Amino acid sequence: MEKRLKPTDIGAPGYFHKVVDCQWACPAHTPVPEYIRLIAQGRHADAYMVNWKSNVFPGILGRTCDRPCEPACRRGRVEENQGEKPEPVAICRLKRVAADYKGDIRERLPKAATAKNGKRVACIGGGPASLTVARDLAPLGYAVTVFEADSRAGGMIRTQIPRFRLPESVIDEEVGYILDLDVDFRPNHRVESLKELLGHGYDAVFVGSGAPRGRDLAIPGREEASKAIHVGIEWLASVSFGHVTKVGKRVIVLGGGNTAMDCCRSARRLGGEDVKVIVRSGYEEMKASPWEKEDAVHEGIPIINYRVPKAFTHEGGRLTGMSFEVVKAVYDESGRRSLVPTGEPDEHYPCDEVLVAVGQENAFPWIERDIGLEFDKWGMPVLDESTLQSTLPGVFFGGDAALGPKNIIWAVAHGHEAAISIDRHCRGEEVAVRPPPHMNLVSQKMGIHEWIYDNQVVPDARHRVPLKELTIALKDIRQEVELGFDPELAWKEAQRCLNCDVQTVFTAKLCIECDACVDICPMDCITFTEDGEEAEVRARLSAPARNPSQDLYVGAGLKTGRIMAKDEDVCLHCGMCAERCPTGAWDMQKSFIEMTHAGPGCRDAAARKAA
Amino acid sequence: MTYLAKPKLHHPDLPANALGFTRRDYEGAISTLCAGCGHDSISAAIIQACWELAIEPHKVAKLSGIGCSSKTPTYFLEKSHGFNSVHGRMPSVLTGANLANRDLIYLGVSGDGDSASIGLGQFAHVMRRGVNMTYIVENNGVYGLTKGQFSATADRGSKSKRGAVNTDEGIDLAILALQLGATYVGRSFSGDKAQLVPLIKGALTHPGAAFIDVISPCVAFNNHDGSTRSYDYVRSHNEAVNRLDVITVHKEITTEYAPGAVQEVRQHDGSVLRLRKLADDYDSSSRIAAMSYVQGRYAHGEIVTGLLYVEPDATDLHESLGTVARPLNALGEKELCPGSAALEKFNASLR
Ligand SMILES: Cc1cc2nc3c(=O)[nH]c(=O)nc-3n(C[C@H](O)[C@H](O)[C@H](O)COP(=O)(O)OP(=O)(O)OC[C@H]3O[C@@H](n4cnc5c(N)ncnc54)[C@H](O)[C@@H]3O)c2cc1C
Ligand SMILES: Cc1ncc(C[n+]2csc(CCOP(=O)(O)OP(=O)(O)O)c2C)c(N)n1
Ligand code: SF4
Ligand code: SF4
Ligand code: SF4
Ligand SMILES: [Mg+2]
Repeated sequence: MEKRLKPTDIGAPGYFHKVVDCQWACPAHTPVPEYIRLIAQGRHADAYMVNWKSNVFPGILGRTCDRPCEPACRRGRVEENQGEKPEPVAICRLKRVAADYKGDIRERLPKAATAKNGKRVACIGGGPASLTVARDLAPLGYAVTVFEADSRAGGMIRTQIPRFRLPESVIDEEVGYILDLDVDFRPNHRVESLKELLGHGYDAVFVGSGAPRGRDLAIPGREEASKAIHVGIEWLASVSFGHVTKVGKRVIVLGGGNTAMDCCRSARRLGGEDVKVIVRSGYEEMKASPWEKEDAVHEGIPIINYRVPKAFTHEGGRLTGMSFEVVKAVYDESGRRSLVPTGEPDEHYPCDEVLVAVGQENAFPWIERDIGLEFDKWGMPVLDESTLQSTLPGVFFGGDAALGPKNIIWAVAHGHEAAISIDRHCRGEEVAVRPPPHMNLVSQKMGIHEWIYDNQVVPDARHRVPLKELTIALKDIRQEVELGFDPELAWKEAQRCLNCDVQTVFTAKLCIECDACVDICPMDCITFTEDGEEAEVRARLSAPARNPSQDLYVGAGLKTGRIMAKDEDVCLHCGMCAERCPTGAWDMQKSFIEMTHAGPGCRDAAARKAA
Repeated sequence: MTYLAKPKLHHPDLPANALGFTRRDYEGAISTLCAGCGHDSISAAIIQACWELAIEPHKVAKLSGIGCSSKTPTYFLEKSHGFNSVHGRMPSVLTGANLANRDLIYLGVSGDGDSASIGLGQFAHVMRRGVNMTYIVENNGVYGLTKGQFSATADRGSKSKRGAVNTDEGIDLAILALQLGATYVGRSFSGDKAQLVPLIKGALTHPGAAFIDVISPCVAFNNHDGSTRSYDYVRSHNEAVNRLDVITVHKEITTEYAPGAVQEVRQHDGSVLRLRKLADDYDSSSRIAAMSYVQGRYAHGEIVTGLLYVEPDATDLHESLGTVARPLNALGEKELCPGSAALEKFNASLR
């Protein structure tokens, strides 16, 4: 039988969500275009609350997020091959605008529960993962206790991320919102034994202890020169706590990730004059985000690539420098890369101090291996990836402790999922059953060519975030470098957002096949064509649909027996199709998609009814 | 109606033609016609045809009369020359322009009211004279711009939106053009770009009077039951006799067809019109056979579409008049007024 395309079920959870590329890519699924529109309207507090609900730390994330949403942003795709360099909307920095200009929103936050539900939850570690669990569960009446080895809450947000990227006041504020929900925070309390903790009869335990161990580099000279060699994350923590306040004039930072970038930039601010990053891989493959690399280069830090560290050189116990082997990348048939020596003589770089930022590891010395909690061969807990439940039913993991070092937004996303699992677990409901997200669709039509949303597509290139002058920024490690967008610039940047959540909705039975939508569509998204097998149909559309990660929206039931196939890939959500459609077969409808968090919405139907 | 301009962003893979232009470079201002009007699809087809032929926009003159159809030249080829004449008078303006500068490509766009009602006389003479042009009528059977009165092409017996029956005989402009000597005559439907775009390309490359009658539903006043110009009616009564491919000089011909199924017409400029037959008994090289076929099918309620007739050895008005190869508007005063001796010589030749 001939293969046919299935008409799209726009009611299916996920179909329209996937069209909102940024929201789909965000681990916590923040409704991005929704808050960007609110910012454009000057409703910063509303924009903040949309964020706060989804990602818990808008002010922190607006400065530090790894922003998986941005590479996913449609704007980057639609600007390809035209104009200047294609770039996504500055989603992350717009989030910061919401936080900076929100005013006092405390009235709008949930209140500490007045009636407790009698359930006790222990969170180990006070980082973003645990704090998210606490925020989701405390207002529901859970008694949440957070044990933290350090003196203050925040985890690596507090101890690792340098102050010139994230002022302490922002951490205090957003961590405070959570602790104020009547969370029992136990500072300076390192949990030394999970077995012992379990003995206290908690209804559930959440492990959010992070990936606390920095990898070292065991090459000749490491022992002898150890006084001048530091493991990156330990050194950053010491800087953060004020134990380290200066560094030698010549500093080498080893590693190509974000930790290396924070190390080198911190060193520049603590007296390092000749600071360089030396990395094994090529510049392009470095793990650090492109913007982190740019920032480092902007601060006068050279990044030297394809150098494999061979030895620390020293004289009388004093570090004198490091030697490196020069390598190049060679790719085999399957495209796998290996670094092979070029045969050039080794290079020596003199220096006074070395910061080793070559990776981070998990460590669970405080979890006994005989309590029924299984670990895999890499020493990681065996978990169900969606529920984050360990093999010990009442114990859940999240953040860096769960699946290895990631970032804040993943820690938050894990926190939400774990909170759902804990809520269901404590109510005796099956943890594996997950609540669907909430979605509604509202037509944006106001008149013949009037929409509730602003459908004009601006041609602007991405706006840059203003920076503090370099000479001032480098003087003080607590000076925030980025000044952030002001509301005017934020408005301009917000205009670049395409409103991907305002969906094109097609009703086949209204269509008279006049081609008006096909003719007007600036991106050649729409084709009326014979039905067929997907790959073959994709190839013969007005503009072939070459991005398989983006769906085809298929409408069937047309009078001519053809199908309507719309490639979602580069649709501008401009509404031109709906404006030119004589019958209203196209409509622009705003989809609002929100994840369901712990609480009545995540529980079984019977329980919801009873509540 | 749309207030906003069409966004300038285009598909990242949008191809460029030999001149480096994308299709979007051949667009015009955003249309102010009713949403769903067939005329907008014809504009899109003209844009596509000009892009595919890699025509330099400044080498085109678009001329029109009055009507929704005649407004459309604003919506395509914004870098071309344009002239919006009075009602029904586009052909004379086009003829004059063509005589003055034979180097441009002339594209006349008109409506059924503009050409078959008020402008029928002008229509007849521009065809008779064989002016080198592409003449497109966007035929909706009504005066769209003045709110839907029957035009002279409306079929006898068809019903207006308010139920009135048309008692006058309808004019078939394609038959008229055939009878009046047009050397390229086609008919198509705004809803079938696969057919329409090549027909326009063929007309633009044809070195004589080329006429295309394009049925183009008026969504506002003539898209109801009882109309013979509605999307549904045209779709169910459309009988295409052939499919055209226009092969420009530079492209090599590779595809193989069964003998007899394909007819090839080589034009003056070296381009080839390749016709794939859909109706076995259709012969597009005979004017008389074409007229009788079209009228015969019409008697059965069918609308014949395709390239109805093409004369491979077409000539045009300049050839008949023996004008110089250089455009008249490029001649200087000396050539245009060669002096009394020349006049004397000319007068003598007439004695
Ligand atoms: C230098 C550096 C820069 C970074 N920059 C960014 C950035 O810009 N953006 C970003 O998104 N991510 C960044 N990250 C990663 C990010 O900080 C982490 O992914 C995130 O903090 C993980 O959150 P978590 O809650 O899982 O654990 P953590 O934040 O690591 O918190 C774990 C907490 O648990 C405590 N703890 C551990 N064991 C115990 C125990 N047994 N008992 C009690 N307490 C315990 C620790 O003291 C710690 O406070 C960076 C990381 C580093 C190292
Ligand atoms: C001399 C003159 N007579 C009458 C009119 C009124 N008028 C304007 S458009 C039109 C008919 C147009 O019909 P058609 O050419 O079919 O164009 P359509 O709007 O249907 O595309 C008429 C009669 C006019 N503008 N000028
Ligand atoms: S909204 Fe409609 S017209 Fe605009 S790009 Fe998307 S499909 Fe095309
Ligand atoms: S404009 Fe509307 S009626 Fe016309 S083809 Fe598109 S969806 Fe169908
Ligand atoms: S009145 Fe008819 S012909 Fe004129 S724009 Fe509207 S639909 Fe088109
Ligand atoms: Mg008309």
